[in-house]
Amino acid sequence: MNSSVIVFPGSNCDRDIAFALEKLQFKNTMVWHKDTTLPKSDLIVVPGGFSYGDYLRSGAIAAKSNILNEVIKAANDGCLVLGVCNGFQILTETGLLKGALLKNKKLKFLGKDIYVKTINTDNKFCNKYKKDQVLKFNIAHNEGNYFTSTDHLKELEDKNLIPFKYCDEKGNIKEENNPNGSLNNIAGIFNEKKNILGMMPHPERMVDQMISSNDGVNLFSSLLN
Amino acid sequence: MKFSIKVTLKKNVLDPQGKVVQQTLQNMGMNTLKSLRQGKYFEIDVNENNESKAKNKVEDMCKKLLVNLIIEDFEISKI
Repeated sequence: MNSSVIVFPGSNCDRDIAFALEKLQFKNTMVWHKDTTLPKSDLIVVPGGFSYGDYLRSGAIAAKSNILNEVIKAANDGCLVLGVCNGFQILTETGLLKGALLKNKKLKFLGKDIYVKTINTDNKFCNKYKKDQVLKFNIAHNEGNYFTSTDHLKELEDKNLIPFKYCDEKGNIKEENNPNGSLNNIAGIFNEKKNILGMMPHPERMVDQMISSNDGVNLFSSLLN
Repeated sequence: MKFSIKVTLKKNVLDPQGKVVQQTLQNMGMNTLKSLRQGKYFEIDVNENNESKAKNKVEDMCKKLLVNLIIEDFEISKI
């Protein structure tokens, strides 16, 4: 499977996610934001970091870069797109995913391990997970507080477009386990066709038992399924 | 032609920064303070002498980049 990781000035999780992809035998290419063409890709990853120093709004400047025009075209043609952390913010700024990521409710940058529960596993990104599985992921963000209109929130719930929700170690989805104030404890969302996934937690940081856990592996292996 | 742009969070969007600033002012004894919302401000100079054309250009800039219409409102004024 061919993957492309987009690199912006200020990306800092690009190499981590490339490592995860290559570990799972993806044939990966790094793509600079100024490029105007994408290599042949089955999966495009918009990685985490602080593209353009988070100027204006997180992801706002990156969303207008050359390569994003190509990402938008590919995504609209059905290519799989994964946006992690700043990547999720960039995808909402392009409009590929609806809603916005606001400042964390308690105004603090959060860098810690958290738990998420798998809500929807019937899709290309999560099919190797079991439903209601509790996963340990890591978050590192200042703007992860997912916000959207009441109508769209209802649509996300009704059409099962939420793969992950923040929970406690036992899988209870409660407000006190919501690290950033995200609506309905949302940690990630799909577009309607489920070929685009945006999520705040970093699955690429959880692909090696020795340094963390293996909970992120199945996200990448699902894509190969 | 110069314009100022005021960007504010929509009323139904939480403004935790504004809330903290408000609480701090209240803690400082500013008891008459009822509410406070924080926003952004831009000043833009455009190469266009026709006011309505210039304003349209600035509006376009707001919609395409400066403002996220999902969470923010904006107000343009001529300086």
